[in-house]
Amino acid sequence: MAERSFKREVEDLRLGAGETFTGEGILAITKALLEAGVGYVGGYQGAPISHLMDVLADAEDLLSELGVRYEANASEAAAAAMLAASVHYPIRGAVTFKGPVGVNVASDALANLASSGVTGGALVIVGEDYGEGSSIMQERSHGFAMKSQFWLLDPRPNLPSIVKSVKQGFDLSEASNTPVMLMVRIRSCHVTGQFETADNVIPPLSVRDALSNPRSDFERVVLPPFSYKQEHDKIDKRWPAAEAFIRENGLNEMFGPQTAPVGLVVQGGMFNGVIRALQRLGLADVEGNSAIPIYCLNVTYPMVRDEFLEFASGKDALLMVEEGQPEFIEQSLATMLNRAGSPTRLHGKDIFPMAGEYTGQVMLDSVTTFLKQAAPQLLPGQVRAPNAPPPEIPDLSETVPIRPPGFCTGCPERPIFAAMKLVEGELGKHQISGDIGCHLFGSLPPFEIGGQTMGYGLGPASNAAFDGGGARRAVSFLGDGGFWHNGLSSSIGNMVYNKSDSVAIIVDNYYSAATGGQDLMSSRADNPTKATNNPISKALEGVGVKWVRQIDNTYEVGKLRDTIREALTTEYDGPKVIVASSECMLNKQRREKPVKKKAIGEGRRIEAPRFGVDEDICTGDHACIRLSGCPSLSLKTLDDPLRDDPVASIDQTCVGCGNCGEVADAAVLCPSFYRADVVHNPRPGEARMAGLRRSVIGWLQARRAAKQVSFDEVVQ
Amino acid sequence: MTLHESLFLPQGDDGARAITKLVIMAVGGQGGGVLTGWVEAVARAAGRAVQATSVAGVAQRTGATIYYIEIAPEGVENTVFSLAPSAGDVDVLIAAEMMEAGRAIQRGFVTPDRTTLIASTHRALAVSEKMVPGDGIANAEEVMAAAEIAARRLLTADMERLAVEQGSVISASLFGALAGSRALPFEREQFRDAIRASGKAVELSLRAFEAGFAAVTEPATAVAMPEKEPAPIAQAPRGPAKALAAWEDLLTRVARLPAPAQEMARAGLRKGVEFQDVIYGAAYLDRLEAVAARDSADHAYELTREAAKYIANAMAYDDVIRVADRKTRAARTRRIDGEMGKREDQLLLLTEFFHPRAEEIAGLLPARLGERIENSGAWMARLDRWFNKGRRIRTDTLKGFLPLYLIAGLRGYRVRTRRHVVEMAHLDAWLATVEGYREQDYALAVEVLRCRRLIKGYSDTHARGLSKFDIVLDGITLVAGREDAADWARRLREAALKDEEGKALRGALDTIRSFVG
Repeated sequence: MAERSFKREVEDLRLGAGETFTGEGILAITKALLEAGVGYVGGYQGAPISHLMDVLADAEDLLSELGVRYEANASEAAAAAMLAASVHYPIRGAVTFKGPVGVNVASDALANLASSGVTGGALVIVGEDYGEGSSIMQERSHGFAMKSQFWLLDPRPNLPSIVKSVKQGFDLSEASNTPVMLMVRIRSCHVTGQFETADNVIPPLSVRDALSNPRSDFERVVLPPFSYKQEHDKIDKRWPAAEAFIRENGLNEMFGPQTAPVGLVVQGGMFNGVIRALQRLGLADVEGNSAIPIYCLNVTYPMVRDEFLEFASGKDALLMVEEGQPEFIEQSLATMLNRAGSPTRLHGKDIFPMAGEYTGQVMLDSVTTFLKQAAPQLLPGQVRAPNAPPPEIPDLSETVPIRPPGFCTGCPERPIFAAMKLVEGELGKHQISGDIGCHLFGSLPPFEIGGQTMGYGLGPASNAAFDGGGARRAVSFLGDGGFWHNGLSSSIGNMVYNKSDSVAIIVDNYYSAATGGQDLMSSRADNPTKATNNPISKALEGVGVKWVRQIDNTYEVGKLRDTIREALTTEYDGPKVIVASSECMLNKQRREKPVKKKAIGEGRRIEAPRFGVDEDICTGDHACIRLSGCPSLSLKTLDDPLRDDPVASIDQTCVGCGNCGEVADAAVLCPSFYRADVVHNPRPGEARMAGLRRSVIGWLQARRAAKQVSFDEVVQ
Repeated sequence: MTLHESLFLPQGDDGARAITKLVIMAVGGQGGGVLTGWVEAVARAAGRAVQATSVAGVAQRTGATIYYIEIAPEGVENTVFSLAPSAGDVDVLIAAEMMEAGRAIQRGFVTPDRTTLIASTHRALAVSEKMVPGDGIANAEEVMAAAEIAARRLLTADMERLAVEQGSVISASLFGALAGSRALPFEREQFRDAIRASGKAVELSLRAFEAGFAAVTEPATAVAMPEKEPAPIAQAPRGPAKALAAWEDLLTRVARLPAPAQEMARAGLRKGVEFQDVIYGAAYLDRLEAVAARDSADHAYELTREAAKYIANAMAYDDVIRVADRKTRAARTRRIDGEMGKREDQLLLLTEFFHPRAEEIAGLLPARLGERIENSGAWMARLDRWFNKGRRIRTDTLKGFLPLYLIAGLRGYRVRTRRHVVEMAHLDAWLATVEGYREQDYALAVEVLRCRRLIKGYSDTHARGLSKFDIVLDGITLVAGREDAADWARRLREAALKDEEGKALRGALDTIRSFVG
């Protein structure tokens, strides 16, 4: 079950013609797919489009009502490959994943698909994970469209525009027999707003119908000589058809006055940021009416040459607003101007920074710089010659600590890294590679375990070179998500085949946790539409791993430490794999909390564990925190003049996972920790017994207190 | 292309000034998304066009998160909203934690011309602050000082506590504070309606909302509420009459100490008596008086004051008996009951985590025997075999409580243990070192006293602390005699508290060696 439920929101997907939808961007995209008569949908989760997968999963009832096939694909490659259904059949299909890393994985299938060409509209919805909030390397998905020649939509970031572009994307795809990629940026995915809905459309040809009348055509297979023909087809037929469609249907937009000395060319996704900069310069009003012409590229690939040259004509200078690098669009526009012999000057990355997000400040500064150079008369006097210096605010860069993401309170992965850190304390530092997933937080303080990550499911594969003996074995981490995505073949299969003498630790938290807790093959939950409960350890045995250790409770730090030590020191020289399994605490709490609350209400006996620290036993050395980093394990400054350092303290958000006690024991830290289990609705006999114990203990305590000087507060 | 032609003339003023821009900066897990949803709901219910965006992503996992809301002016339908906040262009900033307020200021989202800053003063410590062996907590006062300069209006309260007291979460109290700030043109009831419409935990959220509202509209009451836990009221000691009389005598000895050291000496004396007994308290004062006798008013008795602190800490070392004593006291049982919110009809099971090693057992033996065993590898190995394993002890049961109670009862015998002899030898050697520097360099002697701070923790951590203490004291011999010796001693000690492995300390020592040659 995913972290966030959209059960209520998916009801809005049933809205009909003329009604108003209010909500998030990803939901609007889903609604647009249904309005466009999509026949099948799929994808692979990952920020910022994880919720799109969650919405689709939660909307399965509606999808099957409409005859739409939904597939939670095993990877982005699998998702892109699914679009093959649109090659021969006039069925609209859409898949979604994050970009550019998801597009990297999908690129094999996408290249084949683009070469074959499509009959039904094929739409790839890419959540471009770039700029603030991104969790991946900073690149663009744009290049993939250019290399494989499929079309790239980058709509203005408001709900009506995004919804319109979904429909236009399908039309464009069909008109040009080419798959289309629709790019939405992080903030657009989560942007809220409203749009007027239309009725959902039942796909004219369902996948079910298609199976009853199978088709094939060897000219669509990517094999010579057809592959050569397909390349020419792309350039000679599909591209011109796309340009004509874009132009005739007005996919790109022009804002502002017809004539002006300068103009702005902007990616659709940048439009609102550009308007804000113009608004702040007094060059646009609140509704976006602009004093400067703007050519808005809702299609960022291909460029429509004639349309652009028309816009450029009569202008002295243009500014290209293109986020990310390299500046593909700017280069192609420059070529167009050059070949047309145009006198118009083109600016872009000479003014804008080459790398990094176009934040509000960057946008304001760059647009101002451009106008100062090209059309200073348009700028207000204040900007041309500022007089008031900005106010001086103290510099806090030395004060404010960085706050990267980390393991949640009670996370079952924390004890795995605590155990690894303890083993490294005994045996020394190891070559360790990480993977993609929450477990990558283990590379950050306080653990600092893992020095690189090469891609999803590639943790063990990225240690492949380190198998030439050496003092210590290489260690790699791999999550359950990465294992099923790619790791089983590319990492584990690779280890087995190459007789790798290294160690892989598989972090199995029952979900694709980092992306929002979606189920996967080894999830323990019963999922009515998916086959879960396929143990990782069985898959390992299946591919020939002989040394497998299954740990069913990761909170047993001592046992984990011993198992890791064994893997690193055993005589056995083949691949050694430890599967460390415990449920993601976020999901566990979400599952168990309401059940427990209900049980307590019904009078059933429930134990609620929580940890605490005896502050007069804690000496404030914080060794426990260096093996934890748990948000609920924090510090407290005591009101005691004899103490210099703050002591450890556990707040009420503790979920009683047990890591503190286990670590204190395994690392022989200190006796400060205690676990308190509050028993709700104790059984009568148990309560009587506890009362008896308390009175005996109380008597003993009072007896001793009477014999010595004590400053403790008086017993009531 | 689709044409949207417009004739708009440059006007000089910010065309988007009429849009209200609100930023929420929070820590993943604080409910920033819920708060954003409420703000949006208020605006939309009031007929305003509104847009919210977020970049939560993976930062939801305890990282710094940011949410952004724009609200259109009344009557404007087709507003072009920005998807991200810009420096210098924010009307309301809500910081759900003090360092996040700092981060907001650092990013330029709080400016004196227009920003209302609503900040919760509580701290959620970042890992980098918590993992330092010493005190790595960031200075919230610096952020507060900057906030006073940067914000047009500054509204602060411990919104976390206000919410938790009402059984709710911080998003609700912050929403109340936003309503109370009057920074948005909506009425209190409209805000409350947004909470009601969300349909989840409505009553508790409304209570926290009111607490947040009151905190910024009735600051007097907000200030009257304590910011941190009240200091425990000094309890009059209890115990046998004879011992209490002896305690009074000890207090009169404290009163004869130099005035600047008295308060610390009283705290130290109490610690010593709690650790052992009044005789031990007297021994503490003997040592302290010896220091005071050689001290003078020239340095405002700084040495005596620091000695009062660190001799007490050294004498109340963390042995097995002390741990057992603290774990078996009645006051502890009551404290834990309170912390866990245990009700009368509930039970509390209490598990302690112990992991004794041969060292602890040997330290508990009579001094001579303990020393012999410590020096015998075979015996230490045997003790480890017998005792060295993790033990979970249920101190709410007699089976778990009694052994600890009996160990705590070994107090009287403590002064004859091996551990006591080792501790006292270390203490006396250290005080002798201090005395050795006093004449020549008073400030350095004070710094050497303060180095006792390095010794803390149990088992390996304790051993590491002791070794750092030795390294620092050795390092000090290199600079002794120099004008800036005390300053270097302080730097060495601070470096030793920076990281566990002693990297900073090695760096500082290398620097010293580079100039003492």
